[in-house]
Amino acid sequence: MAETTTFSGNRALQIEEPLIFELGSPGRLGIDLPEPPPVDEDRLAGLRRKAPIGLPDLSEPQVVRHYTRLSQKNYGIDSGFYPLGSCTMKHNPRLSEKMARLPGLVDLHPFQPQKTVQGALEVIDTLAGWLKGLTGMPAVAMSPAAGAHGEWCGLMAIRAYHDDHGQNQRRRVLVPESAHGTNPASAAMCGYSVDPVPATERGRVDVAALKAKLGDDVACIMVTNPNTCGLFEDEILEIARATHEAGAFFYCDGANYNAIVGRVRVADLGVDAMHINLHKTFSTPHGGGGPGAGPTVLSEKLAPYAPLPFVVHDADGLKLVEHAPQFQGEGKPFGRVKGYHGQFGVFIRALAYILSMGADGLRQASTDAVLNANYLLARLGDTLTPSFDGPCMHECLFDDRFLKDSGVTTLDFAKALIDEGFHPMTMYFPLVVHGALLMEPTETESKETLDGYIAVVQALAAKAKTGSAAEDFKAAPKYTPRRRLDETLAARTPVLRWKPGSNG
Amino acid sequence: MRYLPHTDSDRRAMLAAIGAKDADALFRDVPESARLDQPLDLPRHQSEMEVERAFARMAGKNLSAGCAPFFIGAGLYRHHVPAAVDQLLTRGEFLTSYTPYQPEVSQGTLQYLFEFQTQVALLTGMEVANASMYDGATACAEAAVMAARVTKRSKVILSGSLHPHYRETTETVLKYTGLECDTLAPDPLAMEDLIGRIDSRTACVIVQNPGFFGGIKDLRPLADECHAEGALLVVAVADPVSFGLIEPPGAMGADIVIGEGQSLGMGLQFGGPGLGLFATRDKYVRQMPGRLAGQTVDADGKRGFVLTLSTREQHIRREKATSNICTNSGLCALAFTMHLTLLGETGLTRLAELNHARAVQLETKLRRVKGLRVLGNAYFNEFAVYLGDDQDAAAVVDALADRGILGGVPASRFYPEWPELRPILLLAATETNTEADLDALVAALNEVL
Repeated sequence: MAETTTFSGNRALQIEEPLIFELGSPGRLGIDLPEPPPVDEDRLAGLRRKAPIGLPDLSEPQVVRHYTRLSQKNYGIDSGFYPLGSCTMKHNPRLSEKMARLPGLVDLHPFQPQKTVQGALEVIDTLAGWLKGLTGMPAVAMSPAAGAHGEWCGLMAIRAYHDDHGQNQRRRVLVPESAHGTNPASAAMCGYSVDPVPATERGRVDVAALKAKLGDDVACIMVTNPNTCGLFEDEILEIARATHEAGAFFYCDGANYNAIVGRVRVADLGVDAMHINLHKTFSTPHGGGGPGAGPTVLSEKLAPYAPLPFVVHDADGLKLVEHAPQFQGEGKPFGRVKGYHGQFGVFIRALAYILSMGADGLRQASTDAVLNANYLLARLGDTLTPSFDGPCMHECLFDDRFLKDSGVTTLDFAKALIDEGFHPMTMYFPLVVHGALLMEPTETESKETLDGYIAVVQALAAKAKTGSAAEDFKAAPKYTPRRRLDETLAARTPVLRWKPGSNG
Repeated sequence: MRYLPHTDSDRRAMLAAIGAKDADALFRDVPESARLDQPLDLPRHQSEMEVERAFARMAGKNLSAGCAPFFIGAGLYRHHVPAAVDQLLTRGEFLTSYTPYQPEVSQGTLQYLFEFQTQVALLTGMEVANASMYDGATACAEAAVMAARVTKRSKVILSGSLHPHYRETTETVLKYTGLECDTLAPDPLAMEDLIGRIDSRTACVIVQNPGFFGGIKDLRPLADECHAEGALLVVAVADPVSFGLIEPPGAMGADIVIGEGQSLGMGLQFGGPGLGLFATRDKYVRQMPGRLAGQTVDADGKRGFVLTLSTREQHIRREKATSNICTNSGLCALAFTMHLTLLGETGLTRLAELNHARAVQLETKLRRVKGLRVLGNAYFNEFAVYLGDDQDAAAVVDALADRGILGGVPASRFYPEWPELRPILLLAATETNTEADLDALVAALNEVL
């Protein structure tokens, strides 16, 4: 146990920080503003705020220190190795941040006259061109805000197509058991029922089971490829063929597209729709949970149903089409998926990354990501228990057989890694193996970093296997600003906001 | 390549450890017909300098808001963002961290989310708020779905005061859910009768306040009628700065408040990413979409924070989740909460009053423009004007842009199918407008009209 031995409760660089509501003092200002003229209440329909809001007043130095101290309680990619499987925690280039702050690109309102934002439309159009070129797909819906939003967008296009072709009896979606939770949740939002498809012992979709489930009530399949076990679906062409033969579409969850950029065009796999997580594959920062962007590439058949708005080329340059009637083509957009014109700030960052890497660099990045994951799999294969045979793609999956009889769980093992200075791998996902440990090293980690991590994992595994270290593991982490947190208490007695008079 | 650390000798050593002949061997599970043997025929990698040049060229084709007298609002408002916000936002521990699933190494994110939730609840006058949605429009759609879940009813009434993008997004989301939208016509004069539409099938009424055309309304009679019929009142707010001056929806009987948080902390960014605000009553918390940070204690009994009530969410509940949302707008929530913390009660109140004063000043000056009529009398920082029977606001805005002025948004941009809205222009004024800006607009309008 790490005991606090200081008078303050602080531990050197780890400084305790109260909530902002416990710091304020009325009348302080963090921003200088002129004194406003008196308000004419008649101009507010008698609806001027009556009670104070209850916000604390702080000065700028206090605010800067508050957030600096909070940041020091976080682990980011900038801090160290972050092998969080399925999440693609790769280096976020600072050039992308710099470009995303150019006033000529970001101090723009989405409703400015289009002739005053031709450069912004060019950013969108150029990025769209790259996404189409890399995937081999003919169209892309740029506006989805994140991966799950892109899934839903793709399924909406599928539903719109089927309804338009007298096929609205197609209401069933086949989703492998290993899928991300967003897949079934997105399908449900389109009025679809979800029919799970089992996995084989090789960690792949059971093609025979899938075929048996296909029928004229199936709208589409949703397959993640490479899948969440980190494996390429090697029967993907047969899956696509059978799906199309049954009149259904192939939605590909592109969460793991980063493994194959520049090495495979998803169009060549028979994909009809796939979202691309720009915040994973194209290295825009995850920002503690967002924002992301989930542009969704679409096949020829689905393209006409793409949502509004979209950019087209016309005689005057680039034009943003915001309403269906003004679109002269064959389009039948299924609607609008969010406000404005997409995650523009994320687009800038993704495009800066893509231009920096180029076709050659993007291919090398996928190759190195796969190389790194296979290196972990090879070097840790004897220490941990790999769930499936390699080669893997960009991530490698282990289960908890190596912890059998040790009294140590996957969770304990992950928490012990925190004390060693690493962010843990993804735990207990995918659900198809017991006590999953899913590691995604990404291409931006050096061999030295991987070797250091491997040595620590080996040492921890050896320690666990002694059978007498369980208590030590359960006490981890010991050196973090907070030790294990009581999640049961949090859920049973929810405290979701500060209230006056409350304190920790 | 600057983002890839491996040397060729590293790669060779690693392949040897793996026992693979070359990197291509690692891709052997890819069907041969789908393998690309070489990079695609697209541009090759570029240096920082070259990429900067490419973006500078594109940036140069735009007229940015800071370079023109600027009066555009319509759901996104240009406010001054203090320097400290962006400086702190780029701290790598915030910028490059993931969703805080490992609370021991994410107390920074979790604490600011807890503070953010508290601020949003206080601003809106509600009891509880979540850790963000994508933007105001998607938050609006989620509110409709949640209201249907709470009331077990299927009709959603969308006011003509609602932002057209919120309306369109909600209509799209509801399309295949078995819920129906009763959408009212655009309502620049705030004349619509919502109360008459409410019946025993109504799950909720969604209104915006201040409305899309700027007007402020007392929502209490509407709230009373909703509650008498067993429906929920959902209120959208497009500019959270307005909370500094105007009675919050919670004080007027709202059951769910949604909004766009962009105007604090983030700047315009051509409309994205946004920040969806979502607040409600305690009794509905388990029906809420999105992540929630909650307070708890650690193994030493110290106060700490975790993500909680996650049995509502897709990664646990799958197709039965309250929403499919996973990635949200965490970093935008940080920008929002930092800006609001710098403002505080005193600063937000003052900022809101300054905004309102600027708008009133603009309206006063516009009285000098021949033929122009301001619609409505009560507003926050934006109002609609009628330019005259024969005027096309879109053409006027175009002519203003030729004079270097970004002079509002024509209503026809959102409602091309409503010819009677062609003469209507939406104008917003904030603390960023100088008196010279206002005079420039008035002078240019006198030329153009």
